[in-house]
Amino acid sequence: MTPTEIRAAASDSPPSRSVLRRFVESRNGLGLLFMLPAAAFLLCFLTYPLGLGVWLGFTDTTIGRPGIFIGLENYAWLLDDPVFWLAVFNTVLYTAIASVLKFGLGLWLALILNERLPFKTFFRAIVLLPWVVPTVLSALAFWWIYDSQFSIISHVLMGWGWIDAPINFLGDPGAARASVIAANVWRGIPFVAISLLAGLQTIPQSLNEAAVLDGATPWQRFTKITLPLLTPIIAVVMTFSVLFTFTDFQLIYVLTRGGPVNATHLMATLSFQRAIPGGQLGEGAAIAVAMIPFLLAAILFSFFGLQRRKWQQGGQD
Amino acid sequence: MASVEFIDVRKSFGAHPVLKGIDITIADGEFVILVGPSGCGKSTLLRTLAGLENISAGEIRINGRPVNTLPPKERDIAMVFQNYALYPHLTVAENMGFSLMLKKTPKAEIATQVRPAAEILGLTHLLDRYPRQLSGGQRQRVAMGRAIVRDPQVFLFDEPLSNLDAKLRVAMRSEIKELHQRLGTTIIYVTHDQIEAMTMADRIVVMQDGRVEQIGTPLDLYDRPVNQFVAGFIGSPAMNFIEGRLAPDGSRFVAADGTALPLPAGTDVASRTAAGRALVYGLRPESVRLDPAGGVPAQVVVTEPTGAETQVSARLASTGVICVFRERIAARPGEIIHVSVDTSATHLFDAETGQRL
Ligand SMILES: Nc1ncnc2c1ncn2[C@@H]1O[C@H](COP(=O)(O)OP(=O)(O)OP(=O)(O)O)[C@@H](O)[C@H]1O
Ligand SMILES: [Mg+2]
Repeated sequence: MTPTEIRAAASDSPPSRSVLRRFVESRNGLGLLFMLPAAAFLLCFLTYPLGLGVWLGFTDTTIGRPGIFIGLENYAWLLDDPVFWLAVFNTVLYTAIASVLKFGLGLWLALILNERLPFKTFFRAIVLLPWVVPTVLSALAFWWIYDSQFSIISHVLMGWGWIDAPINFLGDPGAARASVIAANVWRGIPFVAISLLAGLQTIPQSLNEAAVLDGATPWQRFTKITLPLLTPIIAVVMTFSVLFTFTDFQLIYVLTRGGPVNATHLMATLSFQRAIPGGQLGEGAAIAVAMIPFLLAAILFSFFGLQRRKWQQGGQD
Repeated sequence: MASVEFIDVRKSFGAHPVLKGIDITIADGEFVILVGPSGCGKSTLLRTLAGLENISAGEIRINGRPVNTLPPKERDIAMVFQNYALYPHLTVAENMGFSLMLKKTPKAEIATQVRPAAEILGLTHLLDRYPRQLSGGQRQRVAMGRAIVRDPQVFLFDEPLSNLDAKLRVAMRSEIKELHQRLGTTIIYVTHDQIEAMTMADRIVVMQDGRVEQIGTPLDLYDRPVNQFVAGFIGSPAMNFIEGRLAPDGSRFVAADGTALPLPAGTDVASRTAAGRALVYGLRPESVRLDPAGGVPAQVVVTEPTGAETQVSARLASTGVICVFRERIAARPGEIIHVSVDTSATHLFDAETGQRL
């Protein structure tokens, strides 16, 4: 055989094959084919509602009347709306404080649960409890706990003689903010704690033992071994936690409906209030769209946080 | 540098005893090797000394000072783990200097201490890599480097060379030996490798099932094993065992199939009177010589020339045995050869207790 013949025989896709066949047999072609259903699904159930929401934000639609395109008028209006800016401030504050608390307390709980302690599985199950209770149900429970007259907390504190009158948990702006944040933290801790616990369990015991022999104090073991090895998981967990908190709606809506005097209005609750009870669909959509830049920022942050660290890459030189 | 004593050390995991009364005294600067079958408690013993496991009973002393309640940090012991336990998020250099970093040693100082250790171990060009980017053998050397940088009272090595290729293993063996001579630090070393044990150790501790079977110099164990277990464990290829009894007149050993074998030199009179008891004849593969004139017949099963010597699997006294001959022999399978036995290197064991007579 001449070299050309050999090459032709060795080639696995002779020209006689159909284009379709070649497409299906090539690695990328098949991959594309398998991705089609997922892409169609995403298009129908994610992109369409998202696109519709964005479009509504550019119209003056109200309930019962299809709107017309009004450009950036909704946004211009929002820029001058102090309630909108208060909601933005509240959302950022709520997310920041709640996320920091959830991280701190969740990590602490995970570390405790990772130690050898009696009834370990029992405690792990208990920790999951706030997570499995439906949000609305736990919000109702908190509503009762924060009741201005019958609050159990006020009752106990008064019994100890620490305070004279019941605390007006949800009536005072400052107290209301603290109260909803506390409820959100209570609800969010299980996710953080259990995820970080799973991460802790992937750290081999022998690393800690080696560090002990190298003379590390418990604090040094935590900062030099545990924490660095846990960062990839912390990045994932906290990204999700921030996203959940930023878009929180149920808890606020049941506890305060944004009050008192909008002190606990988040962007999600304000958007809903303007759109559904208020009927201003266009404006509500614009508020919701205004959340997107914040969420994108969080996702970008996690994208860089989640990149494989140099030490996680192996194999090649 | 330190002496180490284990005094009746016991350790149980739950109801499961793993160490059943270990007594070992190790002198300052000694190189002691622990051998024994897998699961006999070697790693556990090292871990109790390092302080990673609490002992259930007994006492451990370092330099005469009881350390039972001393935290690991204060025992000043460096350990090379069976699975290396390198910190994956730190480079080779950072791994090796980790203990110094914990003590807040200045960076330049750490570098000057890490470099010589890296040179000894041939790791200089790998100092900036992460453990994931290393081969198994390289990781093992980093783990050793981390221990060397520590300059501890006692080194504990848990099978540190098991992942190296044969050539590197020989090189590392002499490196460790040299290191020991240079530093003079007490070393306790676990291995499954006969040659490592025989060539490196000042003394070998043979363990089985949580107990010490025998402690002695390598040649001591080879020449005078206290029981059948030690005899079978030390030496490669392993000692051959042939079952049988003493002849009624106590002059020869008679195997189960009637083949007569000469008694080991120095078999004492008391044991000669043990005629009739079930015994086991221990025959080192190296202690047989080709003797066409007479001796014991053996039927060749397989001949394996290794170059320097010839290893022959044969049936002797109806028992499968392995013989090693200095000369090259070209015996075909099935052929009968005649061998004579060097009685100074054979042993008799009590079949019931396993003790050497
Ligand atoms: N944490 C533990 N819990 C329960 N049993 C254990 C534990 N660690 C070890 N063991 C048991 O103790 C025995 C001795 O284990 P050890 O690791 O000391 O063996 P070893 O002699 O080092 O074996 P190898 O040569 O395979 O490394 C084994 O039977 C093992 O199953
Ligand atoms: Mg072991």
